[in-house]
Amino acid sequence: MSTGFHIVVCAGIVPDPLQTLEPVSGPQGWALKNEMMLPACLDPWASHALFEAANLAKNVSDSKVWLVTLGPKAKVQQVMMTMAQKVPFELVALDGAANGFTDAAETAAALANAIEGIAGLDKSRLLLFGGWESASRGAGATLQIVGERLGITEQFQGVDQITIKDNGAMEILERVEGGSHQVSECSSAPAVLGWATGNLPEPPNNSQIGMQNMRLIMPALQKAPATKIGTADIAYKGIELPKQQRNTRIVKDVPVEEIAREIVDWLRG
Amino acid sequence: MSTTSLEAAPETLRTLPGDDVRQILWRFADRFDLQMIVQSTRAVARGPVARLVAEGGRNSHEWTDGKNKLFQAYDEGGITGVFLEPEFGGIVEGPKNLALALVAWELAWVDAGAATSSLASNLAYAPINERGTEEQKREYMQKQAPLQPGEKRKQFRGSFALTEPLPYVGVDTGTVGGKLRVAEWQEGKEPILQVDKRGRFITNMDVANFVTVAVDSDDERIKGSCMIIVEDTDPGTFDKGAPTLKLVHQLSSTRDPVLNLKVPASRIIGGYTIQDGLIVPNYSLSDVLEAVFRRTRVTVGIMTSAKLLSAIEPVIRYQRTRARGGASTPDTPKYDLGIQQKEDARHRLVDVWASGEAGASFGFEVARIIDAFDIVEKEKEKVLEEQGVKGARSQLRVMRKLTDEVLEYLDLKYSPEDKRDQARYQELENNTLIQYAVTEAIANVYTPAVKLWNTSQGAIMMREAVSLMGGYGITEDCPGFLCQKWFDAQLEATYEGPEAVQRRQMSVTMINPVFIALMKHWIKELRGIAARKPETGACNLATAMQLWLWVIDYLQVGKDADGGKLYTNQRQGVTFPLADALSWLLTSRQQILDVLELEEKGPNNPVVAEGLEGTVAFLTDLCHVQAARSSGEVGRICAELVFGYNRHPAWDAEGCKTCFNEDELDELESVIPGIGSVADSVSDVISKDGTHPVKAGPCARFDGLKTFTKYRIKLDGCLTGSRLAKDRASDALMHVMIPEALDYPQ
Repeated sequence: MSTGFHIVVCAGIVPDPLQTLEPVSGPQGWALKNEMMLPACLDPWASHALFEAANLAKNVSDSKVWLVTLGPKAKVQQVMMTMAQKVPFELVALDGAANGFTDAAETAAALANAIEGIAGLDKSRLLLFGGWESASRGAGATLQIVGERLGITEQFQGVDQITIKDNGAMEILERVEGGSHQVSECSSAPAVLGWATGNLPEPPNNSQIGMQNMRLIMPALQKAPATKIGTADIAYKGIELPKQQRNTRIVKDVPVEEIAREIVDWLRG
Repeated sequence: MSTTSLEAAPETLRTLPGDDVRQILWRFADRFDLQMIVQSTRAVARGPVARLVAEGGRNSHEWTDGKNKLFQAYDEGGITGVFLEPEFGGIVEGPKNLALALVAWELAWVDAGAATSSLASNLAYAPINERGTEEQKREYMQKQAPLQPGEKRKQFRGSFALTEPLPYVGVDTGTVGGKLRVAEWQEGKEPILQVDKRGRFITNMDVANFVTVAVDSDDERIKGSCMIIVEDTDPGTFDKGAPTLKLVHQLSSTRDPVLNLKVPASRIIGGYTIQDGLIVPNYSLSDVLEAVFRRTRVTVGIMTSAKLLSAIEPVIRYQRTRARGGASTPDTPKYDLGIQQKEDARHRLVDVWASGEAGASFGFEVARIIDAFDIVEKEKEKVLEEQGVKGARSQLRVMRKLTDEVLEYLDLKYSPEDKRDQARYQELENNTLIQYAVTEAIANVYTPAVKLWNTSQGAIMMREAVSLMGGYGITEDCPGFLCQKWFDAQLEATYEGPEAVQRRQMSVTMINPVFIALMKHWIKELRGIAARKPETGACNLATAMQLWLWVIDYLQVGKDADGGKLYTNQRQGVTFPLADALSWLLTSRQQILDVLELEEKGPNNPVVAEGLEGTVAFLTDLCHVQAARSSGEVGRICAELVFGYNRHPAWDAEGCKTCFNEDELDELESVIPGIGSVADSVSDVISKDGTHPVKAGPCARFDGLKTFTKYRIKLDGCLTGSRLAKDRASDALMHVMIPEALDYPQ
C-alpha cells in the first residue's frame, strides 16, 4: 500500500511586487491598470507552499506534487518559465481572471472542481497546500473554502513547518502571537495547510527540472479550460492601495542592545 | 446647431515592453527552452551579479572571492550549461547562438563583465566545437559540464588565447607570435609538441584549466598555423600572468598569461595528418577563427544594445522624479514630470531607445541567422562530400559556379507567388548549396556589421544615456550602473576584433553579388512596407539603400582627382565609411521588420494584445526616428565619398571655364534680356576687372552625378514626418507606466 502524499498546491499569480499598482474600474469590474501587461510572478505565499510541498515530496517516497492555478493562461505560461525550474510538479491550469478583485468563494469553487478532476488523485492521501495569505488581496479565505468544498476539516493556517513523524503523523507549526508557534499533531492526511513563509529558501533554478516540467506544463496550458470568475457583480465600497508606512529615525551612538530593546517594546506595544 | 466631434486620443505605450513583447519581436515566443534560460539568467544577473556590482566588486583588478563565486551562480542557474548538448546536461537542442545571445543580453543588462566571464568559456570551447574532432568535442564538453550532485571531478573552464603583446596581432591573423615546435617524435608514436605562447588580455585566466591557443609553426616539421589545446596540468609553465589593469569589465578575469607546455599532437584542434614527414593541421588558424568569430561576435554586439535598453527605465524614473522632495507640490507638472517637462530631455532619450531597439533587433536577427547557418553549413558539407568535392578551394569553385542560380532563386523568392515559376522556385529552394550561398552571403556581412554598429554606436549612445542622468550619471550610485556600462561599451567595441577589423571584413563581403542582389530586393520590400505603413520610415530607408547601392557602384569604378582608384583594399577612407553606412541601413531595416512581426503576431497573445496598438505605435515611431537617423548618416557618408575625392575648382583658367564673364553677359543681355541678373545663380561671374566672388573657387559641378543628386534630394525629402514621429514617441515617455523601483540589485 502506498504511503506517500498527494500534495496539491493552490497558487495564483500576482503582479511583480515592484510594479506600479493602480486600481481602475471598467465594464468588467475592478482591475489593476494595465494588469495584463505587467510582469507577474507566482504569489509569494503560495510559492513558499510549493517549495515546502516539493521538499516534503522529496523526503516522503511515493509522493507527488500538483500545482493548481487559476489565471490568464498566457500570463501563467510566463510565470512557469521561472517556476518550472524550481521544483518538480505537474500543472493543472484554469484559464480565467486572477486580479485580486475576484470573489474568494467563486475562485475556491473553480479550484476545488479542478482538484476533483485530477486523474489519479487519492484524496485520502491529499495534503492541500497554499498561501496563508495572498499578495493580491489578503483575504486569506480561498484555501479554507477549497478545503471545505473538498470535505477536508483538518485545517492549519500560518504554517511554518511540517514534520512527518515515525508513525506517519504530521507535526505542524502554526504562527501565533509574538513570534511563537502553536504545535499540532495531525494523525494523517487529508489536511489543509495554509503556509506562511515556511523555513526553506527559494530553490535555485534547475534547467533540467524545468525541461522535465515543461513537457507537461505546455499541454496543461493548452487544454486549460476557460473559467469564468467575474468581478462585475461584486460591489466594492472603496478600493485603495495600502499606504506606505515608514517611520525612520536616525540615531547615533546608541548601543545595539538599546535599539533591540526599543524594537521589542514597539512589537509588544 | 454645432456638432462636436470627439476623437479618442491615439493609443500609445502603456508600460515598458515586457517579456511577451520581446519574445515576439525577437522570435522566440515558441521556444520555452529559451524563455527559461532568459529567466534563470535574469535571476543571476539581477541577484548575485548586481549585488556584487553594488557592493563595489568592480573596484579591483584582482580576482576576488566575490567574482569567483559568480561562476557557481552561473553553474547553478543553468547558464554554464546553455552551450552544452543535451547529452551533457544542456537543454537546447541544435544551434545555440540565439540562446547564448539571450544569456549575453540578460547578463549585460546588469554588467557586461559578468556576461564576458560567462561567455569566455564558450569562446574557449568554440574552436573545438566548430573545428575540433569528435573526440575533442566530447572530451571538452564533458569536462566543462557543471557537476551534478554527488559527482566528484574537476570541472573545467576555459580561456581563448589569441591576442599577444605585439600590436595588431589578432587583427592580422597572418602574424602570430605564439610558436609550436616538435618536442619529441619517436618512431611510430604520437608527436609531442612544445607550445610557447605569451598572451595578452586573455579572459578567464583566473579560472581556466584549459586554454585554446593560437600558434604558428616554428618548426620545419610542422606546417602552417593552428589552434591547440593546453591544460593547466600539462608539463611546463602554465602561468596565469599579471592581471590586466583594465578600467572596464572588472567582474571578468583578464590576465597576460605565459604558457610554455608540452602537449600531444592530438590536441591540435581538428586533428592533423602526417604528409611527407610533416605534421599538417587539418585546420589552419584562419580556418578556425573564421568559424569561431562568425558566431561569437554576435553576442558582443548584443551586450552593448542590452545596456542601452537597460538605461531607459532608470532615466525615465530619474527625470520624472527629479523635482520631487523639493519645493514642488504634488499634482503639478513639475512634481509629476520633473525634467520630462523639457522636450530635449525626452527627445534624447527617444534617440537612446531607438538605437537600443535597432541594435537588439539586428543582434537577435544575426543570432538567428547564425543558427540557420550552423544547420545549412553542415548540410552543405554533407552534400559536397557526397559529390566528392574536398578542400576549401574546390568547394569555393563549386559555389562560384552557382552564382547565377542563386541570383535566379532570389528573383523568384521576392516575386509574387502567383507570378513566379513555382516549380523552379521550389527546386532552388530545396537546393542546399543555394541556401548555403544565400545564408553565407548574409552572415558574412551581418556578423561584422552587428559587432561594428552595436558596439560603436552603442558606446556613443550610452554616453548620451549617462548624460541624461546629470551628475548622478557618473557616480557609483547611479541606478542601473550606467556609467560603468558606458565605459564597458568601449571594450565591447574592441573585443574579438576592433571596429577596423569589422569594417575590413565588410568591405570585402558587402560587394558579394548575392548580397547586392538581396539589397535590391530589400529596397522593393521596404517600399511595399512603406505603402502599408508609411509611419515606419521604411520609404526613407529604401531611398537611403538606393543611394548606398548607387554609390558603391560608382566608387568601384570611380577615380579620385589624381586618377587613383577609389574602392580598393588599401583605401580604407572609402571602404570603411561605406561599411559604417551599410550597418546603419541593416539595423534600421531589421527594427522595422521586428515591429511588423509584433503587429502580426501580437493579437494571438492575449497579454500582448491588451496594449498592442499603443506598443506598436510607439515602436513604429522609434523605427521612423531611427530610419531618419540612419538615412542621414548614409546621406552624409555617401556625399562625402562622392564629392570628397574631386578637387575643388580654383580661380584658374581650368576652374573658370564654366564661369560667365561680365563682358559676355553684357553682350548676351541684348539677346536674352535679364540674363545678367540671374547668371550668378547658375554659375560664377568673373568681373570685367578679373575679380571674382570671395570664396574658395567656382562652385563644384555635378557632372555625371545627376542620379546621385536626385537620390540625395529625394532622401532629404523622405525625412518628412520623422520629427513628428519623434514628438509622438517623446510624448509617450511622459505617460508610460514604469515600476516603482528598479528590479536590481535584488
